[in-house]
Formats: sequence, structure tokens, C-alpha cells
Amino acid sequence: MQRYVVIGNGVAAVGCIEGLRSVDGATPITVVSAEKHPVYCRPLISYYLEGKTDRDKMQYRPGDFYQKMGCEVLYGVSAVRIDPLAKTVALNNGDSLSYSALCVATGSSPFLPPIAGLDSVRQKCTFMTLDDALALEKAVNPASQVLIVGAGLIGLKCAEGLLARVGSITVCDLADRVLSSILDNDCAAVVQKHLEDHRIRFMLSDSVERFEGDKAYMKSGATVDFDVLVAAVGVRANAALAKDAGIAVNRGILVNNQMQTSVSDVYAAGDCAEGEDVSCGEKRVLAIMPNAYMQGRCAGINMAGGSEAFNKGMPMNSIGFFGLHVMTAGTYYSPEAGGDVYEETAAGMRKKLFSRGGFLTGFVFVGKTERVGIYTSLIRERIPLNTINYELLKKAVSLAPFSDDYRRERLGGVV
Amino acid sequence: MRIEYVYPEFEVVRNEARCIQCRVCERQCANEVHSFDPDTGLMLSDESKCVNCQRCVALCPTRALKIVKSDCALRENANWPQGLIKEIYKQANSGGVLLSSMGNPNPLPVYWDKILINASQVTNPSIDPLREPMETRVFLGKKPAKVERDEGDGLKCTLAPQLTLAMPVMFSAMSYGSISYNAHESLARAADALGIYYNTGEGGLHEDFYRYGQNTIVQVASGRFGVHKDYLAAGAAIEIKMGQGAKPGIGGHLPGAKIVGDISRTRMISEGTDAISPAPHHDIYSIEDLRQLVYSLKEATEYKKPIIVKVAAVHNIAAIAGGIARSGADIIAIDGFRGGTGAAPTRIRDNVGIPIEPALAAVDQRLREEGIRNQTSLVVGGSIRSAADVVKAIALGADACYIATAALLALGCHLCRSCHTGKCNWGIATQRPDLVKRLNPDIGSERLIRLMTAWKHEIMELMGGMGINSIESLRGNRLMLRGVNLNEKELEILGISHAGE
Amino acid sequence: MKRIFVNEKWCLGCRLCEYYCAFANSGEINMVKALKDKPIYPRLRVEDDGGVTYAVSCRHCTDPLCVRSCIAAALSVDAGVVTIDRDRCVSCYTCILVCPYGALAHDDAGVVRKCELCLNNAIGQPACVAGCPNRAIVYEER
Ligand SMILES: Cc1cc2nc3c(=O)[nH]c(=O)nc-3n(C[C@H](O)[C@H](O)[C@H](O)COP(=O)(O)OP(=O)(O)OC[C@H]3O[C@@H](n4cnc5c(N)ncnc54)[C@H](O)[C@@H]3O)c2cc1C
Ligand code: SF4
Ligand code: SF4
Repeated sequence: MQRYVVIGNGVAAVGCIEGLRSVDGATPITVVSAEKHPVYCRPLISYYLEGKTDRDKMQYRPGDFYQKMGCEVLYGVSAVRIDPLAKTVALNNGDSLSYSALCVATGSSPFLPPIAGLDSVRQKCTFMTLDDALALEKAVNPASQVLIVGAGLIGLKCAEGLLARVGSITVCDLADRVLSSILDNDCAAVVQKHLEDHRIRFMLSDSVERFEGDKAYMKSGATVDFDVLVAAVGVRANAALAKDAGIAVNRGILVNNQMQTSVSDVYAAGDCAEGEDVSCGEKRVLAIMPNAYMQGRCAGINMAGGSEAFNKGMPMNSIGFFGLHVMTAGTYYSPEAGGDVYEETAAGMRKKLFSRGGFLTGFVFVGKTERVGIYTSLIRERIPLNTINYELLKKAVSLAPFSDDYRRERLGGVV
Repeated sequence: MRIEYVYPEFEVVRNEARCIQCRVCERQCANEVHSFDPDTGLMLSDESKCVNCQRCVALCPTRALKIVKSDCALRENANWPQGLIKEIYKQANSGGVLLSSMGNPNPLPVYWDKILINASQVTNPSIDPLREPMETRVFLGKKPAKVERDEGDGLKCTLAPQLTLAMPVMFSAMSYGSISYNAHESLARAADALGIYYNTGEGGLHEDFYRYGQNTIVQVASGRFGVHKDYLAAGAAIEIKMGQGAKPGIGGHLPGAKIVGDISRTRMISEGTDAISPAPHHDIYSIEDLRQLVYSLKEATEYKKPIIVKVAAVHNIAAIAGGIARSGADIIAIDGFRGGTGAAPTRIRDNVGIPIEPALAAVDQRLREEGIRNQTSLVVGGSIRSAADVVKAIALGADACYIATAALLALGCHLCRSCHTGKCNWGIATQRPDLVKRLNPDIGSERLIRLMTAWKHEIMELMGGMGINSIESLRGNRLMLRGVNLNEKELEILGISHAGE
Repeated sequence: MKRIFVNEKWCLGCRLCEYYCAFANSGEINMVKALKDKPIYPRLRVEDDGGVTYAVSCRHCTDPLCVRSCIAAALSVDAGVVTIDRDRCVSCYTCILVCPYGALAHDDAGVVRKCELCLNNAIGQPACVAGCPNRAIVYEER
């Protein structure tokens, strides 16, 4: 029987469904959704806590989306095994689904650090799902002392979301700076200072050695009393299902630019996949929403027999805390690695442009983030820097440094 | 220094309650009248630089601006009006000839306004141009004196070369250099769309506009700028410029600063050299000399193109025109003393030459008397301001009219009369690229086309009222005109009766 | 679909378009009331490289990166027009990070604003186009 099966019901799954339907309006689609909710905007869970959005507005698609797309969604059901030979997916409810093409869009899971005494903590959670956010909402009160383990994007977003609801927030991290995966010391310091100005306390270069109930004993010897613990030390691609089925997996499920895995008729997309990073030419897990959607869509089109390639993914982040915005993208090559860095520094503002081999490969903007997409396009489209006036563009963002032809074509044509 | 002070002619009135400090006025004024003061957050104005071109007024999105005549009054009297007093001050300051541009602004008689048009009542009924066909086409060129037959008794049909105009109006000479590339393109495209002609003026023809050659009159003036074989071949007719209404008897001078890039190439003179058109053609001192040039040009273009000779309306115009007709010219263009210019010495512009109306009447009359009216067509210009002026000119004896100022107004000119500064804020009389681009020829040509279309409708209505359905039968039909407020002599020269007669 | 196109050859850099845009999206019926003594937040911007000027606004891409990237599903395509539901926008600026033209920006409240061709305001057709004195911006099918 002809049927598309999508495992997971996140943004990558939606991209896949919309991709499928852009080519094939008829073949039934079955979505296996471990979460009991229709697709929602996962990154909004912190904004939900902050009161900037509500459950209604968090819906990623209108209520009739699945119906209109001709999808059957199995809520609260997990896929437990893929049999690529028989082309079936076994479910945890005992059923089995046969597929003509399969998309694995299982996303990622928070990684729980194996810290001694974790079991003794009364209120603990991760920060990944809507259910996590709803649980946190219940757990906290204006007197709560929250300890967040992990000063990465998720930990800090969680801190921002919670701040107005709780008494205090402490964030600890093994790294010596916040957002260590995307910022250097200099930029991180600006962000940290801003967060500290908003009453968030940091314990950096430090980690929890053990918990004893609601008390954390740190490596440094310090102790932290808390009543709610949030673990945000990182996420791992949900790739086990694929790996068990004999599909090639590295940190994520390996895919080519058509989102095909090593096994025919099985595709993967989103946080669980490892696709090409255009900024360095290597494969990486690109656990961000834009890539999830675009990879999903690419997978869907190809599954339905269309032809599509997605080779413009790269790590990038736009993240704001209490009005301070940070944008980063791509790969930062140090001068030792043959890279060239252009920097601008002012109070509360940082700008770093990384280039190598005649191409922009990455950037960091802190504080001033107007029109940064123009820089992103240089990385994404691999525009050779010698075809534009890079000296001008370094200093001020505009379309003026681009060739007249490029500009006229973009502003005077359909793009 | 105080003695040199001349109070500004205009005042910038800014309604502070409306001004939103968008600074559009500041960006758009090439005279740098407006500026923004960051300390007070207010717009400031330096009216001493204002020429009242109205660009800022037109673009101000909140209508916060107006320019008014300053009412700081000198103690004038009938003999010493303010303008003259100020001119004395200026000359005492500068020691130079006063320069100005566009047409004579002085209150000399405009005869068009003293001539009224007839309409049919009861007999010879009027014609409704919306229902009946109406012919506005005219042919300019030599017409045969009589019908001739060949040996086989057939009609001799070979005519001298003619210009065919869909309506009796053309855009008169404005050189590339005095006006901008975009102004030329607007005129060329409009002429092409309208089935009429525009005139290159004395600056040559930009290579981009050769494709409008079918609707182009190429001019040969005393400086002979940009004249070469291809140029002559490109046009539909060739005009020899002997004079110009705004500055009869003197030549032209385009400063070297304006002779850059395409202008220098088109004029065929090196960049930065002054383009000086001598007052006379140095090879023309008699009608015979003129005849030589006329025939040289005919020879060069294989007798395929009519030759126009353009002269300013001056005292002996009738005799001059008679001579020109005999020189072999196919068309005589006469430019009246209210005609526009890109730059002229003020005294010349305001005091030399005569109005076009009596000049036209006298020339038409003289050519008829001499029996050579058919040998040339007559085109008149120099302040033709409306369809009514056109109709009156034709009834006085013209075949067609030249318009320049009216065309420039359609292109956005606000008659600030500062063309000679080269800073035309409307992109017309300037070569500064940032100003030239203000005239988008898409818009310019459309506006010219609309203006001419409107005039054509009006011409047809006026004709219909007179019971005339072909413009040819209006030509020289002075019975259709009556004068008011004119003395006997004026009526006699114009060849029309007084109203009531 | 009709789009806005820019012809830099005719742009004067007067910036009227910015003001007409800000006015059109102000909800006011009087420009003075709408814009006087206030910072303006037009949805297009005139760039000036010292010689060439041109207005940049949303291209309404056929494959819009901002829509695909918006983390709040605030951006969507409505009959070819990229529109924003400002109630949904959470000011993450992912759209600003991905737009190759720099066509999105935020207002003083932090919420993203973008050109919607004036189809969703009282004007009903692009105010920048109507207000441009030199036809440097046009609204047409291409
Ligand atoms: C707090 C937070 C903030 C974020 N902020 C941003 C941001 O600002 N910008 C940005 O670009 N990205 C952000 N992200 C990342 C972004 O949310 C993810 O990249 C994106 O949601 C990935 O989509 P996905 O569809 O690949 O995976 P997911 O959204 O994780 O969806 C996968 C789904 O599959 C289900 N699933 C897994 N295994 C199975 C199985 N075996 N059977 C059935 N179902 C299964 C999971 O339950 C999950 O619902 C944020 C993430 C978090 C948690
Ligand atoms: S209104 Fe027109 S001419 Fe003026 S800046 Fe905008 S696009 Fe350019
Ligand atoms: S800033 Fe607003 S519109 Fe832009 S991506 Fe974020 S939520 Fe969407």
C-alpha cells in the first residue's frame, strides 16, 4: 500500500508534510507523534512562560492543518522499530505501519547529566517540550529559587522566561562563559553582564558535583539552595531508532542534500539529522528551526517523487534576552586555521565577521543586529567576497556593496 | 559691505505646525536653501538662495511650505520700479552684464490676448468634433504654384519634400546641453508618439536618439556644433538657425564647465572648452550666402529633406522673410521676442526684437503680395501658450507653431528663470546627473503627450465652432479673427477688423 | 502577482517613500498627526551609497526564507504576499537574521514590521509607489 509515514510531529514533520503535498495531493500520510499535542512552536515555550504568547498562538499551524493535508496523526504513540526491508514501522501500541517512503523527524532530546543524587531532587525538569513548560509553570511560585544547569541557549531562554515568575535564578555551567558554543569570551561577557543586570546569577567554570535534596554541592565547594532544578546541558539527536535499523548515523542521522539516509526510501530531517553545513562544507547536526522546516520540506518533495536539494543549511541563531539581541551564524575560523576576523566593539555592542578563502564563513553580532540577513546571505549563497565591496560591507550593512547587476536583478525582478 | 546687500526676492514660509522634519526639501533643493538644525530639531531656510522653483513646495508631503514674494519693499516709483533698482545694485556689485533665462517677463503687449476667435451661428453651422471627422494634419514644405500636367496629360505629382504633422504644433529647438538628456528623450518620445517633430537645437543629436530621427528636426547653427553627415541624414528636416527671439543679434555661449562627457562628444568639441556660437554665421552675409548653405544642405541630403530657416522677429521681418523664401528654404520659422532661452543677457532679452503676432501677419501678407507664399511654409514660435494661441496664429497665416516654454512647463519647469545657473531642480536645464535623473522620461513624455492631446481636442473644438473641419482651411483666414483694445495701426498690421466690425 | 520593483536609475533619494509608508501604516488620516515629532518606522528604507540611491522593501520572495524560519509562525504567505501577524511575533528576529535584503525591521515595541504592499492597511495599494515623485518604485506584474 502507498503511504507516507512521518515519525515525529515537530516543525521538520510539518515541512515534510507540506513538501509531500506540494507534489502529491493524494497518497495518505500517517504521522506518529509521541507528544500528545498538535505541532507547536517549540522555541516559544520560554515566551509562553514569559507571557509573550499563549497556547493558542503557539500553534504552528491552524487547527484544520492535518485534515486539510490529509494526514492521520497518531498522538501519544511512539515508533519503536524501523524495518527497512519490509518497509514497516513498529509502534509502541503494538501496531505496525507499512510505508512507501518514510521520514524520520524525531528531533532531539535533552541530555540529562548523570549527577549523583539527582533522584533526591524534588522538582526537576528539562526544558524542551510544551509539557516541560506547563510543568515548570506549575512548579514555580514568586518565591522559587531556580537552579538552571547549563548556560546555553535553552538554559538562558528558560531563565528569561521564568524570571518574572520566581524569586531568584542561578545558572551554572562548566564552561567559563555563557553561550559557550556560539560566543567567545568577549561577546559572552556582554551578554552575561546584561543578564546579571536583570538579576540572574551565574556560577561559571563550575558544575554540580552532587545533589542532596534541594541543595547542590558544586565542584568549587560552593553550595546552592534551590527548590526547582532545570537541566539544560544540551540535546542529543534522537537517532537511535535509525541506528538500530542499520541506517548510517554519526551524531545525527546522516543525510545527503536530498535528505536521503543511507537506506532507500528512508529520509531524515530536522534536529535528528546530520546534513551539510554550507559554512564549512562538513556535515553537522543543525538543531535549529529554519533548518528543520527546510530539510523537512526538501525530504517531503523528494519522497513524493519531486526533485529538491537543500544545501544551504548552517548553524545560526537569533536570540534575545531582555532586549539585548545576539545573532550568530556559520563557522568561525581562527587566524591559525587560515581565517580572517573583522571586529568592531562599542559599549554593549560587538560585531565579528569571519572569512576564509575569499568567503564569509561566520559572524557574531551582539547588540546591533539590523539587517544582519544580508551577511547571512553571503554565507548561504557563498558569494565570493571579491565580487562585492567587502570593505564597505564590513563597516555598514546595505546592498550598496553588491554589484549593480545583482542589486538591480534582486530589486527589479521576481526573486 | 552693507551697501551690496540686496534683500531676497522670495521668502520661504514654513508652517512649523505641519513640518515633520522629513528633510525632503533639504535633499531636493539644489540651491541649498533648506537645512536641518540638529540642535533645535528645526528646519532652517536661507532664502537668499531661493529662486522660487517650487520643487520643495511640490514635494513637501505635508504641504508645510510655500514660497512668497518678499514684501520687504524698496521705495519705488513708476520710473524706478524695484526690479530696475535691484538691477542697478547688482551691476554696481558685479560690474557685469545681467544674465537671465526663459522668456521676456515684462508687461509688453501680448496680441494673442487682444484677438478673439469667431464662431458660427445659424448660417454655416458649427461642427461637433466628437461626431464629425476633423482634420488637424498639416504638411510643411514647398507647395506647387499651380496644377501641372505632363505630356501624357497626367497630373505631375512630384512634390518637394514635406513634413507631415498630425497637429500643427512642434517642439522647438532646445539644445542638448542647454537642456538635459532626459528632457530630450521626453521630447523625442512624445514627438514620435504624437506624429509631430522636436528640434535638436544647436547642440547636435545624441546617438541614443537617432532612432527618433523620423520625428527630429536637426539644427545647424552658427557654431556648427555636432553637424556631420550622419547627423544631417538622421533628421526629417534641417533647420538653419539665423536667430532666436529671446536674443536676436547675438550668439550663444555654453560655458566649458557644461561641456562634459556626452555633451562634448555630441557637440564634437573637447571637454571643458566653451561652446561659443558666433552672433552671425561667418559664411552668411547675404541672401545669396544663405542660399548657398540651404543648397549645400539639400545637396548633402539628396534633396530629400525640407530645409527650415529660423530667424528672430525683428523690424524688417517681412523683407527678410521674402529673401529667405527666395533662398530656397522650404520652411521659414519666426521666433518672437517673448521666446524662451536657456541664457540671455537681460537687456537683450527684454528690449530687442518684436512680438510674433505683427511679425507673422506682416510676413504672411508680404509673401502673398509677392506671390511666393506657396513656396514656403511658415512656422511661428515665441510664446505660444495655449491651443487658442495656435488657432489664432494659424488664422493669422501660420502653417504651424513651435512651442518650447509650454513643453518645458509640462516637463515640470516652474519658470523660475534660473536655467543659466545649471541647477535646475526639475532636471530640465541642467547637466548635473543627480538633478537630470529627476526627470524620468517615462513621465515626461507622457505629460507632453497628454498636453498635446488636450490641445488637439481644443483646436478641434475651436475649429468646429467656426464651422471649419480642416486646419488647412483656417490658415490665413483672418476673417475668423477680431481685435479688441487695438489701435488702427495695430489692426492694419495684423490685418484684422476690430470686434463689432 | 503584482510586486514592488525598484529602478535605481530614477530614485532621487528623497526618501518620500519612507514617509508615505510610515504614514500609510500609522492608522492616522492626517500625515502631520501621524508623523510629527515621532520617530518613524517605515517598512522600506532608502539606501544611499553616496551616488546611487534605491528603496529596499520586502521582495515577497517566491520561496520566502523568513516565513520558513519564523519560530512563531507569525509570518505567512497570503496569495503571494508575505504578511505578518504582529500579535504572534515574539521578537526573536530570526527573520531579520535570514532575510537577504534586510527588508524586515522592528519598531520601538520590538515587534517586527514589514512591507505588506499596503494591502492590509487603509490605503489598499502601495503608498510608496503612489508617493514616489519619479516612478522609481513601481507596482506591477513582471
Ligand atoms: C527552549 C527552546 C528554544 C529554542 N529556540 C530556538 C530558536 O530561537 N530558534 C531556532 O531556530 N531554534 C530554536 N530551538 C530549536 C528548535 O526548536 C528545533 O530546532 C526544532 O523544533 C526542531 O524541529 P524537529 O521537528 O526537528 O524536532 P522536534 O521539534 O524536536 O520534533 C520532534 C518530535 O518527534 C517526537 N518523537 C521523537 N521520537 C519519536 C518516536 N520514536 N516516535 C514518535 N515521535 C517521536 C518528539 O516527541 C517531538 O515531538 C529551540 C528549542 C528549544 C527547546
Ligand atoms: S520616493 Fe521615489 S525617488 Fe524618493 S527616495 Fe523613494 S524611491 Fe527614491
Ligand atoms: S521576529 Fe517575529 S516575525 Fe520574525 S521570526 Fe521572530 S517571531 Fe517571526
